[in-house]
Amino acid sequence: MGTHRSEQCRALTASEDGSDVTFSCSIGENIQLLVDRPDGTYCFRLHRDRVYYVSEKLLKGAASIPRDSLVALGTCFGKFTKTQKFRLSVTALDFLAPYAKYKVWVKPGSEQSFLYGNHVLKSGLGRITENTAQYQGVVVYSMADIPLGFGVAAKSTQDCRKVDPMAIVVFHQADVGEYVRSEDTLT
Amino acid sequence: MGRKLDPSKKEKRGPGRKARKQRGAEVELARFLPPEAESGRKKLSSHARRRAAKRRLGAAGRTAPGGGRRPAAKEQGDSQEGSPIKAVGQDPQRQSGFKDDNAKWLTPAKGKKSLSKRTSVELSSNGEVEEDSWEMEEEEQEDGSSEELMDDYGASSSDEEELLPIEKAALKQKADDRDLSEDDSEEDEVAEETSRQKTGQKEKEDAELQLNLEIDEEFKLPTDEQIEKETAEPPDLHVIHQRIKSNMEVLQDFGVKREEGRTRQEYLALLRRDMAAYYSYSDFLLKMLMDIFPLPELINFLEANEVPRPVTIRTNTLKTRRRDLAQALINRGVNLDPLGKWSKTGLVIYDSSVPIGATPEYLAGHYMLQGASSLLPVMALAPQENERILDMCCAPGGKTSYIAQLMKNTGMILANDSNAERLRSVVGNLHRLGVTNAVVSNCDGRQFPKVLGGFDRVLLDAPCSGTGVISKDPAIKTNKDEKDILRCAHLQKELLLSAIDSVNATSETGGYVVYCTCSITVEENEWVVDYALKKRNVRLVATGLDFGKEGFTRFKDRRFHPSLKSTRRFYPHTHNMDGFFIAKLKKFSNAIPKTQKDEEPAVEAAKPSTGPETVMEPQAKKKKLESSKIAQEQKKPQPALKKRHSLQEQRRPLKAVRPSPHKSYAQVPNRKKHKVKQNGQ
Repeated sequence: MGTHRSEQCRALTASEDGSDVTFSCSIGENIQLLVDRPDGTYCFRLHRDRVYYVSEKLLKGAASIPRDSLVALGTCFGKFTKTQKFRLSVTALDFLAPYAKYKVWVKPGSEQSFLYGNHVLKSGLGRITENTAQYQGVVVYSMADIPLGFGVAAKSTQDCRKVDPMAIVVFHQADVGEYVRSEDTLT
Repeated sequence: MGRKLDPSKKEKRGPGRKARKQRGAEVELARFLPPEAESGRKKLSSHARRRAAKRRLGAAGRTAPGGGRRPAAKEQGDSQEGSPIKAVGQDPQRQSGFKDDNAKWLTPAKGKKSLSKRTSVELSSNGEVEEDSWEMEEEEQEDGSSEELMDDYGASSSDEEELLPIEKAALKQKADDRDLSEDDSEEDEVAEETSRQKTGQKEKEDAELQLNLEIDEEFKLPTDEQIEKETAEPPDLHVIHQRIKSNMEVLQDFGVKREEGRTRQEYLALLRRDMAAYYSYSDFLLKMLMDIFPLPELINFLEANEVPRPVTIRTNTLKTRRRDLAQALINRGVNLDPLGKWSKTGLVIYDSSVPIGATPEYLAGHYMLQGASSLLPVMALAPQENERILDMCCAPGGKTSYIAQLMKNTGMILANDSNAERLRSVVGNLHRLGVTNAVVSNCDGRQFPKVLGGFDRVLLDAPCSGTGVISKDPAIKTNKDEKDILRCAHLQKELLLSAIDSVNATSETGGYVVYCTCSITVEENEWVVDYALKKRNVRLVATGLDFGKEGFTRFKDRRFHPSLKSTRRFYPHTHNMDGFFIAKLKKFSNAIPKTQKDEEPAVEAAKPSTGPETVMEPQAKKKKLESSKIAQEQKKPQPALKKRHSLQEQRRPLKAVRPSPHKSYAQVPNRKKHKVKQNGQ
């Protein structure tokens, strides 16, 4: 059984904030923009090892629900694994996509392949933002500018130009196909 | 897409490959056909050829009389497979018999009479042999007339002569039919059917298919032996279907068409048995349906349940617009249309080359697969921005997300469901569609408002027996019985009371509860709403849906409040959507009315109801209450007093006319609205 601490719906402690560095990598300093929004303050709350992004108003409204009955709150951004690593989930896509600093566009032919959970190959790469470093968190888009998911750049932009078509250029992390493929694990 | 004919395209000229394309049959064939210039004559049409052949044979017949007919016939006709042009101007002698190897057994066609019996010489000349025809031809050689019509293959142009045996049989059949139909019209006109007519018809019947027979014949209830026989054998669905139809006809015009000595009950019982067998329903369910629907409508309802409803989707206006979505889906190869005038977000899918539940637009959360009837309760609820809404039974989340999109992600929605497994799909859908103002919880709906109360609006899509969605789940036809329906009704009543208690009647914009089920039984719909009307300070208001059938105000031996007319029923056979029932209630007081037997002090609106189940003293629930109409409970002469106490929210409590010894009004000082309880007479 987990510790009592993990059952509380609470604000993230400093250490956990630090591990959220993975997605702050993707969007950089824009994380502050997520917190202070024009329509009210938002915050992150931890509930059963999952991080939820909720507005303060919503939080107040949901305060009286017993913890065992509470299933989800606002938007789930990701979860902490057993070893306390933070894993970003695709449900955060809508929020992170506008703030993404590094983007990758995928050709229509390889869209489906990415949505099935495969990595992006050089042959499927449409565009990539300049100056993407290697192992940088990126947001993957389709050519119609629909966000498809998250990834990690396997090669920097410069290297991408040089590699052969079968090399992986973006590691898959999360994609919208998971809504259909792994609906059960979203909660 | 194929290449379209483009008349403006230029013809290719020159020695290249493309210039060598075909230019049409006539032109190409000219390369193979022998030149026409031989005889210097025009090419003849087929009619002309036939006439020429006739002339030839006429000449040959005249020159070769009697016994020489056969050999003459054999030699008749030149090489008829060959060029038609040669027929003209040839020697009559040359026309007898074929020139090639088949001359021994091939003979060209003879006169009319012989041809009528023969199947076809033309077939033979093409290489097929018809044994029968040859025999017949030989018999009738002598009948050959001088006048013959033949085309170049030896076939006659006359219709009669070309008949195959099967065609002849068909002609005969047609003649018989005509005779019979004259008899049939007599039958229909004469309402009473005597055995005289029947025997007269029976002779014809034997020759006819059993099918035609049963439509015309009088409908007789099967005898006991017949019933026994039928139960022993596997059911013949066709016979049963015919019997259902005939039975319905009799029942429509019972006085005239009935059999003497048989009651209506017997006909109805037979009809019920037949329908249960044909459509695979349990007897209980069919009895119930027969109470709800008149007979012709019942058939439509049963038929509609065999067929699935069209697939519909709802545009997610948080992320896209309906016309953009329609355009994107059409580009993927989906055939769709807007749902109707009543919906601005619905689309109906006719067919699709891609799976609708897996397009990138679906994954991006641009639309939700949802039945058309599920859009209606949310439209009736009409949630406003910045309200607090409770969705008590939200799985799989379609209605919740529609509420969220109408509220534009403001305010708060509490999406609750008692089934943790199904909540997963709720969370998935809410995230996919980009809903941010929802809190998902897993409580029993009856625990509200203890968990949380004071909502502006509540939507209760109660768990039900599902008799409206039989087309989605045919097992419902057989596995529902009376116990199930009553159990559902009991749960629904409890949930509805909790829902009403969770609403804040004093909310500026709200105070509404929408109760809906996907069932068409009266026990789960009107009865539950009527119960709530008696038990709580609510009244029915118009749903805002201008189509749909009105709910029942009376049913069998029950009488409901007249305001039940504002509820709406939807059926698969009339509206082409799943069966549904929707009622919109407005709460006008947070007080919970007490019954006579209840000794406890009246409780606050937010606390759960502790009232007993007896409906002894229902208080004035509706401003327009005519309690005398409700025969069951309102026997006490209190309506006048109740009207005065009709619950205007800000009114001070009136003193009781008859003081109640065991009530202490002082116990509830903190209640703003106070309902005086009338006790004892």
